[in-house]
Amino acid sequence: MSVPHRELPAIADYVLLPLINVTVAFLVSGLVVLAIGENPIEAVKIMVFGALGYSEGIGFTLYYATDFVFTGLAVAVAFHAGLFNIGAEGQATLGGLGVALVCLAFDGAPWWLVAPFALVASALFGAAWAFLPAWAQARRGSHIVITTIMFNYLAAVLMVWLLGGPLGKPGAMSPETRTFEEATRLPLLRDLVAPFGIDLGQSPLNPTVFAAAAAAVFVWALIWKTRFGYELRAVGRNPTAAVYAGIEPGGIVIAAMLISGALAGLLAVNEVMGTQHRLLLEFTAGAGFVGIAVALMGRNHPVGVVLASLLFGMLYQGGAELAFEKPNISRDMIVVIQALVILFAGALEHMFRPALGRIFAPRGRTA
Amino acid sequence: MRKTSLGLAALAAIVAAPALAADIQPAVLYDLGGKFDKSFNEAAYAGAEKFKKETAVEYRDFEIQNDAQREQALRNFARRGNSPIVAIGFTQASAVEKVAKEFPNLKFAIVDMVVDLPNVRSIVFKEQEGSYLVGVLAAMASKTEKLGFVGGMDIPLIRKFACGYVGGAKAANAKVEVFQNMTGTTGAAWNDPVKGGELAKSQIDRGADVIYHAAGGTGLGVLQAAADAGKLGIGVDSNQNHLHPGKILTSMTKRVDVAVYDAFADAKADKWTGGIKVLGLKEGGVGWADDDNNKPLITPAMRTAVDKAAADIVSGKVVVHDYMADKACPY
Repeated sequence: MSVPHRELPAIADYVLLPLINVTVAFLVSGLVVLAIGENPIEAVKIMVFGALGYSEGIGFTLYYATDFVFTGLAVAVAFHAGLFNIGAEGQATLGGLGVALVCLAFDGAPWWLVAPFALVASALFGAAWAFLPAWAQARRGSHIVITTIMFNYLAAVLMVWLLGGPLGKPGAMSPETRTFEEATRLPLLRDLVAPFGIDLGQSPLNPTVFAAAAAAVFVWALIWKTRFGYELRAVGRNPTAAVYAGIEPGGIVIAAMLISGALAGLLAVNEVMGTQHRLLLEFTAGAGFVGIAVALMGRNHPVGVVLASLLFGMLYQGGAELAFEKPNISRDMIVVIQALVILFAGALEHMFRPALGRIFAPRGRTA
Repeated sequence: MRKTSLGLAALAAIVAAPALAADIQPAVLYDLGGKFDKSFNEAAYAGAEKFKKETAVEYRDFEIQNDAQREQALRNFARRGNSPIVAIGFTQASAVEKVAKEFPNLKFAIVDMVVDLPNVRSIVFKEQEGSYLVGVLAAMASKTEKLGFVGGMDIPLIRKFACGYVGGAKAANAKVEVFQNMTGTTGAAWNDPVKGGELAKSQIDRGADVIYHAAGGTGLGVLQAAADAGKLGIGVDSNQNHLHPGKILTSMTKRVDVAVYDAFADAKADKWTGGIKVLGLKEGGVGWADDDNNKPLITPAMRTAVDKAAADIVSGKVVVHDYMADKACPY
């Protein structure tokens, strides 16, 4: 192994380094924007205003962030157990199936009655989809990266079959279920807060955002405040040593993946019950993969995941506004900017670490 | 809720006020395929560009990235006072319905779907009529009396193309057999040229020598496979004759560009109408492509037959069955 990176003070590791990475990503994006003949400063202004400048933009930013918090936490939990869960996309898709089945079964019932069942169903279905890859990893040594990727495809094919056949709306052009009754849909936050004089515009933000916040707290408590969390981290650091500590790694691997799958599944409540009000193909829109970037950037810590989710929410919403305002900047350009952030914050996260290490080292030694 | 929409309406009114003086501010919302899909969305883009070129009126457009953006983008257009706002594709229907209700003073249009609101123009095409004509040509051009059809996503709309095609072919030669394949059941089926080519090859192996596609980007593979095998392909939506000159019998043209252009032009000339607008053969909305690339392929007998079929459809003597009316094909 190469020489390990010097330990950085927490403030540098968790705040300074990500900040530098994001800044560099934006500088490079600025050059790209400049290259296609637009003013980068204006572009940043539009993006930031679009994401945070007015109430509806904030609503959309939080709505996107809700998705990313769930998938980011899912990836983070698995990561603490030393597992790389690429399957959040598929697990979220199955979560959608769970939510849709509950909503269709109780169609017309008031949402507050249906919501608990929908939450449980989404988590159960997501966890169930993670079970086989987890079991194969724990008991048969099949690599989780490969199996979870394969399960993403299986999930997609399953949905195509279900929505094209048994669950599909007869005679519809696009493969999707019928739309849920008004009463069964999650209320929009904009309607809930309107009496208090808060205006959220027309954003699809719904109470699932609170569930996402609760999930972040739950993951923090689980990983750092419980015995199970300790065992999980022990297995993640060193499975062999964990065995000597009396921990059975296989069981932990399966449990960690079930929790991970359940968290990913919860995304579906936001999308299916809260926004689209029906089950449709690819409603996850890649959030499962963004979750990987979010977890990397957030250093697998719930606080970091929430912050990174907010950043990606801003990129999505601000990016849409930018593409809208500037005909020259197409939606593909927005993907380039998002990719640069992922590149610098994820893949190249250690690029500035040695330099930072040198800056912080002398003080560290004298202390 | 009501308060918000009133506020938004007021905002829209403020934004729209100067727009009246500066003429119309049209907008186009493309579907997930994107504006350069070489097919359906690109036709809409061509129509909007033509309008811009002729009138020097600028328009806004937007390509969505996910489903949540449909409503958002329509509302963004509406708040800026854009009108008419043309949404491309049947998947935009629920978003158009919602936003058009919120902005009753703005004009909306949707292609390939019906949204029943007074301020929405729903533009649908009689694809069965154009398909009938290319079916007549295909049956007459075939030596094996076997034809092929490759559809994109398996939805009623595409079955409508297939049904009209079979109808035309059987009308020209009752002995003709038509093989039909759909590429898939999801949006991915619009953009899978490899699978399209494979389906075409299998139809050629079974004896087909003229193959019609209604499959967007997938169809490029169909036309390629037919040309490679020395058989004939038939293009769709835009005039695709130029892709393989002499190897493409004709194309069934569906003038989405005309629909978009007309929506803009009608609004500009103050001749806008809501409601359902059906573009068939009579209205010039569908047809068959006749240019220098396929001139050698169309014999005088074929020309006479297809002209007669077209005249019969326009006069109402022949009514081509619409698959979507009863989800069945009688041919």
